[in-house]
Amino acid sequence: MKATALVRVAARSILRNKMRTLLTMLGIIIGVGAVIVMVAVGQGAQSQIERQIENLGTNLIIITPGASSQGGVSRGAGSFNRLKVEDAEKIRRESPLLSAVSPVILAPAHAIGGQGNWRTIVQGVATDYQTIRDWSLESGAFFGQGDVTSMRKVAVIGTTVASALFPDEDPIGQQIRLRSVPFRIVGVLAEKGQGANGSDQDDLVLAPYTTVKNRLAGRMHIAQILASTPLPDDIPAAQTDISAIMREAHRLADWEEDDFTVRNQTDLAEAAKGTTEVMTLLLAAIASISLLVGGIGIMNIMLVSVTERTHEIGIRMAIGARGSDVLTQFLVESVVMSVIGGAIGIGVGYSGAAVLARFTGWTTAIAPETVLVALAFSAGVGIFFGFYPARKAAALNPIEALRYE
Amino acid sequence: MTMSTVIEIRGITKTYTMGQTDVHALRGIDLTVESGEMIAIMGASGSGKSTLMNILGCLDYPTTGTYRLDDQRVDGLDGNLLADIRNQKIGFVFQAFNLLARTSALENVEAPLLYDRSGKRLDTRRLAAEALTRVGLGDRLEHQPGELSGGQQQRVAVARALVHGPSLLLADEPTGNLDTQTSVEILSLFQELNDQGITVLLVTHEPDISKYAKRIIELRDGLILRDEPVRTRRRCTVNAGTSQGVELVGSAT
Repeated sequence: MKATALVRVAARSILRNKMRTLLTMLGIIIGVGAVIVMVAVGQGAQSQIERQIENLGTNLIIITPGASSQGGVSRGAGSFNRLKVEDAEKIRRESPLLSAVSPVILAPAHAIGGQGNWRTIVQGVATDYQTIRDWSLESGAFFGQGDVTSMRKVAVIGTTVASALFPDEDPIGQQIRLRSVPFRIVGVLAEKGQGANGSDQDDLVLAPYTTVKNRLAGRMHIAQILASTPLPDDIPAAQTDISAIMREAHRLADWEEDDFTVRNQTDLAEAAKGTTEVMTLLLAAIASISLLVGGIGIMNIMLVSVTERTHEIGIRMAIGARGSDVLTQFLVESVVMSVIGGAIGIGVGYSGAAVLARFTGWTTAIAPETVLVALAFSAGVGIFFGFYPARKAAALNPIEALRYE
Repeated sequence: MTMSTVIEIRGITKTYTMGQTDVHALRGIDLTVESGEMIAIMGASGSGKSTLMNILGCLDYPTTGTYRLDDQRVDGLDGNLLADIRNQKIGFVFQAFNLLARTSALENVEAPLLYDRSGKRLDTRRLAAEALTRVGLGDRLEHQPGELSGGQQQRVAVARALVHGPSLLLADEPTGNLDTQTSVEILSLFQELNDQGITVLLVTHEPDISKYAKRIIELRDGLILRDEPVRTRRRCTVNAGTSQGVELVGSAT
């Protein structure tokens, strides 16, 4: 049978029972809609995380302790090499490609001052930290090189700390005590919002790393050394430089593996992307179950339809329809139904994602290829679940089918 | 019109296995049908006439024997080729009309043409409209079966049987669901078509109906009991366009 005639015959029998057709399509509509909404939520989260990673700073390089690959060799307790302030200073001196380098010493502390006290993290950093993280100030100024060299007790606080301790007054010039040591506040950082892992980036106190290291007592460690290059193209060369300098500083023999890891922003972004991709996939997989159920719905109705239309099939066979003609007719019917259902489902998915974004404030994003995949998938569902009933129809014996009432 | 053989069957048997017993529906039938004949196949139920009809209509296979239709061996062909032969060479008319429900007369008649595999380009709508005009339903093209009387529905079925120019018209109790007046109309339509050269095979159990044919074949227990020409043929003139039939009894052909 010609394609146009086939579609016409299929369209006629679909339209003949509108209510049943609609109910059959409902499964596909919900299935495709759910997949689109879930993928939209996943992709939205992904793009949000990508933006947050960009927010970390520009041309950022991060040096953390410990090798990225341990090579399966245990090096024994105590041999784990920590980062040292001297490492940061050596990198600053010896790598010409880097425009800024700063160690980050983490020291959890109660900040006492103004209205009360606030548990936060003191970060000992160099003045370069502001450049690296591209972090502007809401008021006041960042501490200078002189403050670092002279180990002055000055601090720059995040907005969370500022509003906790000084809700009603200007914190600039005020004093806070960190681990019992008084610091003068010289600046308040601009608000940066939530970090990639959901933490509050504004809940911190920055102080010169020399001051933190020498004036504060108690537990602290250098979590990382941050660096940045003026141009993105310099990042790979700078990473090589840093590795060489670090190996020299840690006196590693040629056969020894790195006891530190140098990563850039792209690496971080890719790691985060991997996580969200898994999440998106998981959401889509769950939503696909409803698509599967929708497909089974189509198969159900098509099977009923074959039984109901046995007589019609007999007539068609008597006037010369081959088994393959009957098979194609039923297959085209189920594909047309599932593709129309899929198209409606895409519309439902789009509006569902928009409604969700509006009420939850989540970012949602629908890639154009998602729509194509959804359409192709629903056509596939139609073929897959339509095939069994169609084959059953095609295998009918014409005499028995004609006799069937 | 040159005479040619439409049907030639030799030693046809058909055996059904039901449980442990074999039912011999046909026990050896020989039959030759020339083109232009109008034959009534008679017999009580169980005589094997439906089985013979199904085999002649290429809906079923004989157990043994040979069947030539238009000089082509058709016994032993596979299902697809049989479907093509039904499409090209055989027109069916059934007792229950067997039209596609909720489908216009035009599309019902068009349906066989959609399954055509000869590769010819057919103007299916025009051919269907012509066939309907030929049976007097030129003004009912868009009517659905539910909107037509029994007689009109059977005319649509005849048009569908004719539309592809078949070698053979097979009618299985075509008047079984119709009143006497309408039956006469349909039978006269068959006679009219037969006059135009179409070979007609009429399966019936009513002796009255069989008298409209030119030749009667009676089956009993799967064998041909008698095969003889109709001596006093019933004949009616009919104006297909207005569906007015006038019966003329006993006029010789």
